[in-house]
Amino acid sequence: MIQIALDKKLKAANGEMRLHIDIEIGQGELITLYGNSGAGKTSILRMIAGLMQPDKGLIIVNQQTWLNSQKGICFKPQQRKIGFVFQDYALFQNMTVKENLVFALEKGQNKRIVNELISIIELEDLQDRKPENLSGGQKQRVALARALVRKPEILMLDEPLSAIDVKMRNTLQDYILKVHKEFNLTTILISHEIGEVIKMSDKIFIIEDGKIIKQGKPIEVFSNKQVSGKFQFSGEIIKIDKEDVIYIVTILIGVNIVKVVAVESEIQTISVGDKVIVASKAFNPLLQKIS
Amino acid sequence: MDWQPLILTFKLALITTLLLLIISTPLAYWLAYTKSRIKPIVETLVSMPLILPPTVLGFYLLIAFSPANDFGSFLSNWFGIKLIFSFEGLVIGSVIYSLPFMVHPIQSGFSNLTASISEASYVLGKSRSTTLFKVLLPNIKPSLLTGIVLAFAHTIGEFGVVLMIGGNIPGRTKVASIAIFDEVESLNYSNANWYSFILFAITFIILLTVFLINGGYLKRFWK
Repeated sequence: MIQIALDKKLKAANGEMRLHIDIEIGQGELITLYGNSGAGKTSILRMIAGLMQPDKGLIIVNQQTWLNSQKGICFKPQQRKIGFVFQDYALFQNMTVKENLVFALEKGQNKRIVNELISIIELEDLQDRKPENLSGGQKQRVALARALVRKPEILMLDEPLSAIDVKMRNTLQDYILKVHKEFNLTTILISHEIGEVIKMSDKIFIIEDGKIIKQGKPIEVFSNKQVSGKFQFSGEIIKIDKEDVIYIVTILIGVNIVKVVAVESEIQTISVGDKVIVASKAFNPLLQKIS
Repeated sequence: MDWQPLILTFKLALITTLLLLIISTPLAYWLAYTKSRIKPIVETLVSMPLILPPTVLGFYLLIAFSPANDFGSFLSNWFGIKLIFSFEGLVIGSVIYSLPFMVHPIQSGFSNLTASISEASYVLGKSRSTTLFKVLLPNIKPSLLTGIVLAFAHTIGEFGVVLMIGGNIPGRTKVASIAIFDEVESLNYSNANWYSFILFAITFIILLTVFLINGGYLKRFWK
């Protein structure tokens, strides 16, 4: 189990902000930090990684104290077993993909893990290329693989998919979920995408001005009423058309466009750009084989 | 024509550049990442030789190294080192004189790297020195090359400092730039022209090589 309590005064865009959080994460959980930019999400990751010092704090990871400001314990980033995927990937340009992974090996660590990761994350074709010749999504995969070489106790991903197009994003989400399960990782993700959060995380913490204002299962946190649907997806409204007495709402779910009928009372609470959940309860959805 | 001044010039430039590389890398690293309050003062001192007339620098070094003064007599009494009118003195003068030309490119190279690169290395459990030698320095090769070449070329071209502390002793302190001055003084224009032409040509080739390498022209050519 991982216990994290942090307290720090931060200089934010609009004056000073006090970051104060106290969370517990179970071994093997994937949690998401969600919130506006400037809410302090990245600072939290940096403090867990030891790249930033809190004013006061306590970090205990699987019974090992990484940080205890009262007792004056503060592990350096090098001593904390973490995997960190930076927003800009931070790949070493002077090394090939494989060299980036080999560099991450600890002294005396078996090299087998490098080849294992190359095959899990399907980097075989890219392993001799330099980062400058990779696309955003490929760089992302390399950064993910590199972060896993040390077999970290916590994997942290700072908005890993923000700069990647929707289609590639789905693939990468699957990679992250795959390694999360395969290596039995405890993962902290920063994300802005509600769909991504619902798809990936066990638990979500919504952060505003340095404080946690809501936490729980993503689907419960995001939908005010609890829906017990037979199937449900989240998407974004891209169009609302009036047709006679009803409305046709066009929703983008992943890469698919879905049209849903809505009545006037429903339309009053939603508008274009809103994130919504599409759920069906009373009827059994049809299944049809494609391809 | 006497080749000695030219050989001496290149020997001086080579040794100076080597020493500068060793001194400037940690200094530039410190300047690029420190949050210390004395940083502006150190930066100013490093940059002074850019503006200061070389004769001023040479004059103070001459005073400092003089056996008639405390520092000079300390050196000569305790270590038997005499820096005035000697090759060693020229090396020290040149190192100070060319310092900004080595420090500035390396410092800006470090500053242009994103912070996340070194952080990524620390998070992977690598020490500061491993990060410096395996990650940071290999990623600023163009800056290192620029620093090396500028320092080398600048040392070849120095005159004022050398004249002040080195004088004009053949084989010891008479470098090419001084030899040219000397030949002109004694109206040997053809000798002066030879020295000048060789310096001109070599400097041109060195700088051209840098621009070709840093501009990626050679890479494209080889492909």
